[in-house]
Amino acid sequence: MSAARATVAVVRSERAPLVDTLHEWVTTVDHKRLGILYIIYALLFLAFGGIEAIIIRIQLIRPHNTFVSPQVFNRMFTMHGTTMIFFAAMPLVFGFANYLVPLMIGARDTAFPRLNAFSFWLTAFGGLLLYFSFLGGNGLYGAGNAPDVGWFAYAPLTSRTFSPGHSTDFWILALLLSGIGSMGTAINIAATVLCMRCPGMTLGKMPLLAWLNFTMAGLVILSMSPLTAAQLMLLVDRYLGGHFFDVQAGGSAVLWMHFFWIFGHPEVYVLAIPAFAFASEIIPVFSRKPIFGYPVMVAATLAIGFISMSVWAHHMFTVGMTSAGNTFFVLSTMAIAVPTGIKIFNWLATIWGGKVQYRTPMLFCVAFLFQFLIAGLTGIMLAAAPFDWQLSGSYFVVAHFHYVIVGGILFTIFGAFYYWFPKMSGRMYNEALGKVHFWLFTAGFHLTFDFMHVPGVLGMPRRIYTYEPGRGWDIWNLVITIGVLFQAVATLVFLGNLLWSKLWGKVAGSDPWDGWTLEWSTASPPPAYNFPSLPEVRSRRPLWDLKHPEDPDWHYE
Amino acid sequence: MTTALISATRAAEVDRRAQSPDRALTMRILKSAVPIFCTAAAARANSAGEPLSPTNIFAPASTPADTISGLSLLVLTITGAMFVIVLCLLLWAVVKFREKAGAGPGEPAQVYGSTQVELAWTVIPVLIVTILLLATARAIASIQNAIPPPGAVEVSVIGHQYWWEYHYKKSNVVTANELHVPVSSPVHPTPTFLSLFSADTDHSFWVPRLAGKTDLIPNHPNSMWIDPRETGVYLGQCSQYCGVQHAKMLLRVYVQTRDEFDRWLEQQSGPAAASDSTIEGRRTFESTACVNCHTIRGSTATGTFGPDLTHLMSRETIGAGAALNTPANLRRWIQDPSAFKPGCLMPAMGLSDSQLDAITAYMETLR
Amino acid sequence: MRALTTTGPEHVPERQPEWRLPARGPVAMYFLIAAEAAIFTIFVVAYIFYVGKSATGPQPAAVLHAPLFLTACLLSSSLTTHLAVRGLRSRNVRRFTWWWCGTVILGGIFVAGTAREWRHLVYQDGLTIQTNLFGTTYYSLVGLHAFHVIAGLLALAVVLVFAIRGDVRQEHSARTEVLSMYWHFVDAVWVVIFTVVYLIGR
Repeated sequence: MSAARATVAVVRSERAPLVDTLHEWVTTVDHKRLGILYIIYALLFLAFGGIEAIIIRIQLIRPHNTFVSPQVFNRMFTMHGTTMIFFAAMPLVFGFANYLVPLMIGARDTAFPRLNAFSFWLTAFGGLLLYFSFLGGNGLYGAGNAPDVGWFAYAPLTSRTFSPGHSTDFWILALLLSGIGSMGTAINIAATVLCMRCPGMTLGKMPLLAWLNFTMAGLVILSMSPLTAAQLMLLVDRYLGGHFFDVQAGGSAVLWMHFFWIFGHPEVYVLAIPAFAFASEIIPVFSRKPIFGYPVMVAATLAIGFISMSVWAHHMFTVGMTSAGNTFFVLSTMAIAVPTGIKIFNWLATIWGGKVQYRTPMLFCVAFLFQFLIAGLTGIMLAAAPFDWQLSGSYFVVAHFHYVIVGGILFTIFGAFYYWFPKMSGRMYNEALGKVHFWLFTAGFHLTFDFMHVPGVLGMPRRIYTYEPGRGWDIWNLVITIGVLFQAVATLVFLGNLLWSKLWGKVAGSDPWDGWTLEWSTASPPPAYNFPSLPEVRSRRPLWDLKHPEDPDWHYE
Repeated sequence: MTTALISATRAAEVDRRAQSPDRALTMRILKSAVPIFCTAAAARANSAGEPLSPTNIFAPASTPADTISGLSLLVLTITGAMFVIVLCLLLWAVVKFREKAGAGPGEPAQVYGSTQVELAWTVIPVLIVTILLLATARAIASIQNAIPPPGAVEVSVIGHQYWWEYHYKKSNVVTANELHVPVSSPVHPTPTFLSLFSADTDHSFWVPRLAGKTDLIPNHPNSMWIDPRETGVYLGQCSQYCGVQHAKMLLRVYVQTRDEFDRWLEQQSGPAAASDSTIEGRRTFESTACVNCHTIRGSTATGTFGPDLTHLMSRETIGAGAALNTPANLRRWIQDPSAFKPGCLMPAMGLSDSQLDAITAYMETLR
Repeated sequence: MRALTTTGPEHVPERQPEWRLPARGPVAMYFLIAAEAAIFTIFVVAYIFYVGKSATGPQPAAVLHAPLFLTACLLSSSLTTHLAVRGLRSRNVRRFTWWWCGTVILGGIFVAGTAREWRHLVYQDGLTIQTNLFGTTYYSLVGLHAFHVIAGLLALAVVLVFAIRGDVRQEHSARTEVLSMYWHFVDAVWVVIFTVVYLIGR
């Protein structure tokens, strides 16, 4: 707007009292605010999980180190995994989905705003309950009761016999609560995508982000329930004298593994598929081309979602299944590599022939492509069951899944932060700081997780609080720990950039990236009602049509 | 499908200078690609000479580990090739199609897809996956479906928190933590078949140079086999988190010549050596709670919760590898096991110094 | 900066066909049913896995007697629900109230009957959740279902109270339909449980 000197008296509204603002935020049902609440909550728990990782790495910097006791170390890796998956990654994913899906499909809010708020607070409370465990009463192994059974809590370690304190109970209850919250959010997202699209936006014209979050929601709905069921069974065992996993009474430890991994594997796709969504939105805009092969991208996503429910026992190759059973899961796991590879090729083809601008979001997405490629390939190695008989339960697996979750998912989440920060806050982030974050974090990431593959290959198992010298592991552990330092500093730069830019960044305007999806057609940040009037669309890139009225997309697809 | 449009004029508040960190990006990508694919190469290269590590999966010394190593090399080759190809394409795209400084306004050609290309990159991965699946299935079958030949040694391995119990089925020998097996030659194979059980939580038996790992799960017997072709000591450790001292549940496999092994077996099957000089230690041992957990054949101690101590001095380590088996360590261990293994299930027995001396002296006679 | 309008392209050649999307209520209920079905599937799998594996204690064939009457009640309650909703849709609030009341009564009989069956199992047959694998899996599975029946009954009862007070009208038929979907699901789960526990598992 042109800055005409105002001759009209400007009414300056007073800033509302802090209590009122807090009350607004606590009682909000606005998807944008809930999205931001999820994201801030997740950043806090990302910090907690990061501190736990730092403690782990300091303890492992050299053999026979005594930085923490074995009891504390076991709590650290359990809490690190549980925190990062359930209270950092999932809330980040849900937060962005909450914020973006209604905007990108031209809706005013999600289908069930109050369910949305309820789900958030349930999840939030779950995290608080989990961390309360550090302050809880005494267990058998000393002060504090934080869970120390590993994030997948294998039976019978979690039975009353072997975990007499309450650490397992905190794990169960915190995740039961956040699990119900997740299911509420998933139902909400699915219903929003199906029922709240603006006129003209058929399913085939939705942005890929909407499709992928819809798939993610479906996966949560189908996969969270097995975890809930298994945890209820564990509660029955621990408190009602049940025998689901009580091996003395004929119960089966392997049954827990099956139930857990029927949840556990789709869970990583719950995290990865929204990451793909971010890449699918950012890469086209910064390459200045539409996404290559939209229909196949949708089909591949649905295929991944579907197949991901059939691969779970590749986490159990060492358990002693029959050779037929093992072979089946090799087949399904390798099969899922095909649609995943297709997606990588489609993203590559989107960049191909483009006019690529290397702003911070794009840097993170290019790094994502490189790192996700490697992660996928180490995944194929692990899918070859005999290879997995060596590598399972070793630092090779730890390296692989961190490559996926940090190198793949977190990188695209960083990209998403930078890409949509202008929309959410109305300000531009500082590009120089963004690049510092990127290079520092990438350097640290590779220092840590590239070299982490080596101890795995050299025989180092995971979840050990110390290790023997003379096995060739020492130097690699040192390098791994050093890389963590870089990542920690880079994350601080990132958080500082967000804060600084929110307060003093340049005003961003509604469309700083010359984007093509509906969220860029409204103000930054959007008003509570999202759009002055509901948009009507005719193609997958409504803003391209507006900006290029003589050659709109709907002439071509 | 070419478009020759003038893009909408952009607001000036956003700096649209084209960034080109492509060279740096390229270097970073190459720098990090190197370590991953060097590890396997280095690991393999060194196995012939100076060992990189005594637990290197690429230095196999037994058929299952060989089979796995062979399959792994195939997988690494194929994935390595895919990596190189896709990486080159990525680098090319990232460098070639960056927005050049001074490029005019206007969007590039808006390409929506290409059926032929997409078909190609669907079919080729399917073929690759098929090849990998077939090779993998073969390896699985050859390892899992092996049948013990008549001369095979059979050992029952029972996992405990935090030690290993071994029963040699045909010889009535019970020992702990250090497994002795005969060397096996390809001509007359004498593999060792292990039946895996657990007395409490899940464990996993992993000696990387000999075989992949197999879990020990209570109420779920498993089995695995090894046929080491070179004598020596092979190291490993428990690889399934089993509780507080999971990290110190170490494994040692002593591969001996047939003669040495037979002699060892013979010696292990006998009762404890009797010696009058340590009668006091023996009395102390038998009258304190030691006998509730430990067995010393030929004495009144028949406890099974802890390791069999009948031939304790034939072992090089104590506490499942937590410490070397020296008199000083042994005395310290008996005094307070948590000095070596905090959280292990053997309690400090609260013995006096003289009791400790006596018991240690007694233990020292258990060859 | 040019303000972008959000009312779509200026020249729309022909009138867009009417834009209809599915209603949120039924969609959400379908997804909830999918999630609940997944939970029940896991409990059913556990039940089937442990059939015949109880080394001691009462066995299914000895103590289980197929609750045919209760099953008939529960399945009829699906029918009454359907009739109620149909009545409400055709603006017959009285018919709705009566049939809905029938649903609540039949559901209540089912719960009471299950409680009676359990009392017999516990005190006469000595089967508790701790007794053996059969006890654990049986009470967990049937109990989970009963919990869902009770939760459904509470919701149904609330609606019944509204109906008796005269607050339910034809425009609420969509919501009662969503609730009835849940109730049909609960009945369908019972069909599965009945088959697995009382027919196959014995």
